[in-house]
Amino acid sequence: MSVSTIHDIGYRHYDGKRLGRAYVTRSMFVHNLRATYGLGRPARAKVMPFVLAGIMMLPAVGDIAVVAIAKQPKALFAYTRYQFMLQLIISIFVATQAPVLASREIRFHVVPLYFSRPTGHLDFVLAKLGAFTTALFALTAVPITTLYIGGLVTQVPHSGKQLAHFLGGLAGCLLLSLVLAAIGMVVAAFTPRRGFGVAAVIAVLVVSSALVSILQGITEHTGHWTLSGWLALFTPFNLVDTVSYRLLGGPMSAPSAPPGTGGGLAALALCAAIVLGAVAVLYARFRKAGLS
Amino acid sequence: MNPTIAMITFRSMLGRRRALLLFVLPAVLLILSLVLRLTNTNDLDVDTTVLQRFALGAVLPLLALIAGTGVIGPEIDDGQIMYILTKPIPRQVVILTKLAVAIVLVALFAAVPTLLAGVILGAPAGLTPAFTIGVLVGGVAYASVFVALGVMSRNAVTIGLLYALVWESLFGNFAPGAKKASILQWSLSVTHSLTDASTIKTAVTLPTAVTLLVIVTLAATALATFRLRSLTVASAE
Repeated sequence: MSVSTIHDIGYRHYDGKRLGRAYVTRSMFVHNLRATYGLGRPARAKVMPFVLAGIMMLPAVGDIAVVAIAKQPKALFAYTRYQFMLQLIISIFVATQAPVLASREIRFHVVPLYFSRPTGHLDFVLAKLGAFTTALFALTAVPITTLYIGGLVTQVPHSGKQLAHFLGGLAGCLLLSLVLAAIGMVVAAFTPRRGFGVAAVIAVLVVSSALVSILQGITEHTGHWTLSGWLALFTPFNLVDTVSYRLLGGPMSAPSAPPGTGGGLAALALCAAIVLGAVAVLYARFRKAGLS
Repeated sequence: MNPTIAMITFRSMLGRRRALLLFVLPAVLLILSLVLRLTNTNDLDVDTTVLQRFALGAVLPLLALIAGTGVIGPEIDDGQIMYILTKPIPRQVVILTKLAVAIVLVALFAAVPTLLAGVILGAPAGLTPAFTIGVLVGGVAYASVFVALGVMSRNAVTIGLLYALVWESLFGNFAPGAKKASILQWSLSVTHSLTDASTIKTAVTLPTAVTLLVIVTLAATALATFRLRSLTVASAE
């Protein structure tokens, strides 16, 4: 006979449906996805993401206009190159929005409120990472879809090849979104102070990109072509460009890439390692933030 | 200048893990120079590229952004600035102290590493002192602009990023007009005048550059003081 008993002191019972783990995870995903674009938050939070999304659209719209008016089908941008061309804008989007998802709960010490509900630590991390990946995918995939539709409307030749390239471009966008979301959220989760998260994420993205482009220039100048190619693995945009060049059949946008299909597979493996590592690090980080 | 405010600001910038961000950027610059020197791949072109594109073009704006907005932005956000503003200290003293701290930080973490990188590379044609002074001069202007931004807007870091990356780097490459209105180019012009290396191209003449640097620095400081006089402290997000 157990000593403790729960007494019915007359409160109203909950008879409704028990919404399980999937529902909680889905709610967190939707909430974080909306937060990335500032939906459900004041107008001030909507300005930056939508301005950047608008800037992302400009070259695509302009390019379609050129193709349509000047009848120059060759002027249509390659789908896998688009995200490489606009990497600065994407970097700024990642830097400004990653702290929105990864820093705010830690800064205001409200993570325990999530974990006092039936929310798994892993679900929490996956929902956040998934939401940011989806937001980034929307940012990068909408312009190239616009490009593709524009190409269809203006009847650019080789529609089969165009479709294959477009699907390759979408795959590249998805991979880039995963890698950038992973890097951005890990860095932002460790710099909860306001403003510092933005600076830290952009520092990682811009400095790695500047460093790699300088080193690639120098190694090519001295004739070390293979080394120059492998250096592409050290910055996210070149890394994903390597995958789309070697495995998805797009043109090369970066100055150089690792040689052969092996190089592409190595880049893909590194992408997977970054994402899995980020999940592990974020899991540990939010679990600790939940305890304190 | 108020030594207490300066001390508190230094402590908040360098305390615990925050300093890591300030140390990492110059460390990357020094490691890059060391690797280039050890593999003996550096010549005049390479030295200029490293010092111009990495030290002046990437490390300086980012560090000035972190230091400039960091000395005052977070305090305004969480309302701690009230403890300073309610003391009988003139607002321009507060701003000047914060600015001085930001400039010292930029000098320590951007100008000194530039000097060291130049020495490690063994850069010829007086590139090392020229770039050190260029970074220092640019750092003063950047710091004052970013301190003013930190007082004026809660999105100071984002706006600063848009200016430093999109306006100076992206538009600067396409539009020659945008190139003339950039702190980076003005500091490069100062660097250009101090060295006879042929590898540095500048878009602005020296007198214009110096005049604009002085005007921007003074105007930003005055603006920051003016805005701090009528600051409204809102609650966090």
